Amino acid sequence: MPDTAKNQSVQTRKMPNYKLRFILLIIAALVCILVSFGVGRFSISLYDVVLLLLSPFFPVTETWDYAMFSVVFNIRLPRILAALLVGAALSTAGAAYQGMFQNPLVSPDILGASAGAGFGACLAIYLSLGSGMVTIFAFAGGLIAVLVAYLVSRMTKGSATLSMVLAGILVGSLFSASTSYIKLVADTTEQLPEITYWLMGSLAGATMDDVIFAGIIIVLGIIPIFLLRWRMNVLTLGEDEAKSMGVNTHQLRFVVIVCATLITAVAVSISGIIGWVGLVIPHFCRMIFGYDYRKIVPASIILGGGFLLLVDDFARTIASTEVPLGILTAFVGAPIFAYLLIMGGKRS
Amino acid sequence: MSVSVNHLSFAYGKHSPLVLDDISFSVKEGDLLAVLGPNGVGKSTMFRCILGFLNKYKGDILLNDVDIRTLTHKQIAKQVAYIPQSTHPVFNYSVLDVVLMGVTNQVSLLSAPNQNHIDQAYAAMESLGISHLRDAGYGEISGGERQLALIARALVQKAKILIMDEPTANLDYGNQFRVMCRISDLAKEGYIIILSTHNPDHAFLYANRVLMIQSGKVIADGRPDDVLDAKLIRDVYGVDVHIEEFQSKARHHKLCIPVEGGVDKQK
Repeated sequence: MPDTAKNQSVQTRKMPNYKLRFILLIIAALVCILVSFGVGRFSISLYDVVLLLLSPFFPVTETWDYAMFSVVFNIRLPRILAALLVGAALSTAGAAYQGMFQNPLVSPDILGASAGAGFGACLAIYLSLGSGMVTIFAFAGGLIAVLVAYLVSRMTKGSATLSMVLAGILVGSLFSASTSYIKLVADTTEQLPEITYWLMGSLAGATMDDVIFAGIIIVLGIIPIFLLRWRMNVLTLGEDEAKSMGVNTHQLRFVVIVCATLITAVAVSISGIIGWVGLVIPHFCRMIFGYDYRKIVPASIILGGGFLLLVDDFARTIASTEVPLGILTAFVGAPIFAYLLIMGGKRS
Repeated sequence: MSVSVNHLSFAYGKHSPLVLDDISFSVKEGDLLAVLGPNGVGKSTMFRCILGFLNKYKGDILLNDVDIRTLTHKQIAKQVAYIPQSTHPVFNYSVLDVVLMGVTNQVSLLSAPNQNHIDQAYAAMESLGISHLRDAGYGEISGGERQLALIARALVQKAKILIMDEPTANLDYGNQFRVMCRISDLAKEGYIIILSTHNPDHAFLYANRVLMIQSGKVIADGRPDDVLDAKLIRDVYGVDVHIEEFQSKARHHKLCIPVEGGVDKQK
């Protein structure tokens, strides 16, 4: 076949060692976790961190005082867990949405989850309901926004995915406008700064209760996406092709979207709005592991968690006050995305 | 094994015009049916009905004497595979992954293909002469190779009825024949093949049945050599052709040759 001549390079191309890449990624994430316990205003040596972390399980001679113990277990542990959970949730949801909508430019807030959560949180702050209710309201707001978008799209004719994206934009903008209105009427000395700060995203206030609440939902939401990852490959081919291969497309799409929405809403509810992670990390994973969702889903979990943890470390160390996460992820995410676009363009 | 379409009529909306108007035909093992007809005549709509994507039609479609409206997508997929026009993919999967997707029907909901499935995918690619492309990106190979990869995927699906939407569209001259030769080999192996094409010569060369559709109606059905004539092509496409006959070593051939000046500006 004459066709083969041009593909000689393809024929001899060696498949990358994906196992090794996964191992390296996991090691990098673990190092990142250890370092995160050490850095901060109150810095702790790596050696002490390891001893401290082992202390609940093994008899270790105490080389630390109570303050160090408290910083590691009461302040940094919940924050590190929250960063890992939120990062993993946002990037897995991003990867899932991108596949479902067959569009690599989709991010987890495509169906209005972030805008809805933002409105919920602002409403709770405006009504002075306390931080626990802010989380609950944000979570509920995110779910309601996506539910409305879903119901609106069900009433339209034509392509299901396109109408869903359009309905998401519509609902998102409605909730954003409502948020703006609350900002307008909120008390400017206390509530407005709190609202503004919440909308920029931060893990500074993450507590162990937040971690348990979000952790349970995120783990429960990621498991189905992880198990269905082969079928998600087939679904990215489009409705008709997937059906012709025997996939129940409506059911599968529904399950994946419900799970991705749950984990996005709960992540946003404890962290505030953090952009870019859900868009950039899945692309980064594709660059390292190819397009197969069997690899993209686990890679997004690890890389997403590690990435947000790293960014959060910078958020609490680069300036004398906390820098909101949403700002940093944009500063880091946008250049990475530009790099991926340029590199991706060169390859094909 | 057979596909029977009986009095199939279809419209996209209640008050919309009929896209398919009382279409009937049936095909059996080893048949290669070429569906001819101008653009927008309902060929793809008919395929979508046979594949079970559309079900609000009148009449019925029987797969081995079972009404497809009583079957799930999973059950239809065991018997019928769909080979769409090869388009540029959104996600650049490896060719092996694309072929492997054909086994989805055979793996349980929460699991992924195993080594046995991968071996089947290799075997299908081998039989179509594209095994060297297994690690290449599906978006980086030529249109002809992509079409062969989609055929390999259909073979892996183990369905015996293959529905192909213009398998030679967008292919260069050589690839058109390479793809058509593989398809005609499959018919000889006992597959039922239903394909749409815009080239009457493909029907002459490879098909043993031809179905000419115009305005949603079947206007000719039979062996290509018997039913495809200059008058029919004139009526359907608005082009005057000579049908030339010649004898090669293997068989008797017919081919269409457009007559100079015999093309209507509008049809």
